[in-house]
Amino acid sequence: MKSTTIRRWSLIHTWSSLICTVFLLLLALTGLPLIFHHEIDHLLGDAPELREMPADTPHLDLQQLVQAAEAHRPGEVMQYFGWDEDEPNGVMAIMAKTAGTEPNSSHTFMLDARTGEAVAMPSANGGLMMVMLRLHVDMFAGLPGKLLLAFMGLLFVLAIVSGTVLYLPFMRRLKFATVRQDKSSRLRWLDLHNLIGVVTLTWALVVGVTGVISACADLIIAAWRNDSLSAMVAPYRDAPPLTSLAPASRLLEIAREAAPGMQPDFIAFPGTRFSSEHHYAVFLKGGSHLTSHLLTPVLIDASSLQVTAVGERPWYMDAMGMSQPLHFGDYGGMPMKLLWAALDVLTMIVLGSGLYLWTVRRRGGKPTREGRR
Amino acid sequence: MRPRQASFWKVFGAPLALGLLCAAGLFAALLGDGVWDSLSWLGLGLPTLIALRGLLRRQPPA
Repeated sequence: MKSTTIRRWSLIHTWSSLICTVFLLLLALTGLPLIFHHEIDHLLGDAPELREMPADTPHLDLQQLVQAAEAHRPGEVMQYFGWDEDEPNGVMAIMAKTAGTEPNSSHTFMLDARTGEAVAMPSANGGLMMVMLRLHVDMFAGLPGKLLLAFMGLLFVLAIVSGTVLYLPFMRRLKFATVRQDKSSRLRWLDLHNLIGVVTLTWALVVGVTGVISACADLIIAAWRNDSLSAMVAPYRDAPPLTSLAPASRLLEIAREAAPGMQPDFIAFPGTRFSSEHHYAVFLKGGSHLTSHLLTPVLIDASSLQVTAVGERPWYMDAMGMSQPLHFGDYGGMPMKLLWAALDVLTMIVLGSGLYLWTVRRRGGKPTREGRR
Repeated sequence: MRPRQASFWKVFGAPLALGLLCAAGLFAALLGDGVWDSLSWLGLGLPTLIALRGLLRRQPPA
C-alpha cells in the first residue's frame, strides 16, 4: 500500500470515528442494560404477573377483551393487540386518545386473556428502562434524533471499514494477537485497539448495520404505507369514515384461514399506522424459527369482516424484521445475551482507546503545524 | 505481487476465520434452538476470549 493511500484511509478513519464516538458510546452504554431488559423488568417487579389458574382455563374472545380494555381506560380507543410466546395467557393492549396517536403517547398494558383483567406493564410506559430505550432510540428527539443516530451508525460502519484497511500496514510485521507490553502505553493500546477491533469486527458490523436499519423504521413503515398498503386499500379511497367497527371476535380465525400455518403477532385496529381507516390488519408471523421474524399482514374489512387482501412482504419490511433479533441479541438464550454484553463492552474499549490514541498523537506529533496553540 | 499477497493472508487469515465463524454463529442461532444456539456461543465466544486474553495479560510473552 502506498503511503498516500494509507494517509487517506487514516484520515477517513480518524474523522469518521471522531464524529461518531460520543454517540456510539451513548448507544453502547444505554444498550447494555437493554440487552437484559426482560430480566431487569422481572427483578424490579415491573413485568406483568398473571394470576395462577388451571392450565386449561378457556380464553375470552377478542371482542370481550376489547370491551375489557375500553372499560379499563374509558375515553380511549384500541390501537393494537399483541401476543408474546412467553405469556400465552396474556394479550398486550395498546390504547390512546385516537387510533392515530404516535407510539410514545400511547398506553401499554396486559389483559389476562382468561378473565379480561387488566395488569399494569410499568416498564412499557415509563421508568428507568424506558429512559434507556428512548436515549438509545432517538435521544428524546423523535424522528430527527433517530435519523441522526442512523447517520452516526453509517459513520461507525465507515470507521470499521477504514480501520480494517489500516489493519494491514499496522500488522504486517506483527503476529496475530501480538500486544506489545514492554514499549509504551501508546503501543500497548494501539495493539489492543487493533486486536479487539478486528476480532469484534463481524459482530460490530452486524449490530451497526441492523441498528441503522432499525433507526430508519419510521421511513420503512412510511414506504410500506405508500407502496404496499395504499395499493391494497385503493378501492376504499373514497369510502365514508366508519362510525362503528364490526366485532373483533373472529379476527384471528379469519386471518389464519387466509394465511394457513402462520401465528398471530399483533392486530392493528383501524386508523393506526399499521392499518387503514377501514381495516383491521392482522399481522401473522411464519411458523418456523427463521420466518418467525417475518410478518405478513392480512387486511380485514372492519365492517363486513371480509378479507380484502393478504399482503405481500416487501423486501425492506423483511430486512427490518430480520434486523431486530440481530440487533437485540435475544435469540440465543442467556449465554448469547452475556456475550452480547461482553462484545458491547469491548466495543466501548475500542472506542475509548481510539480516542486515547488520537489525543496522544495530537499532543506528541506535528508541533510545527499546530504550533500556534 | 507475490510477497504482498503472502502478507495479506498472513495478516488477515486469522481475523477472517474468526469473522466467518462469528457470522456463521449469528446465522445459526436464527435457525433453531439447542445445538444451533450453541454454535452462536462458540462464534461469539472465541473472539471475546481472544480479546479478553490480550486485554488481561500484562507480562510480555516469553
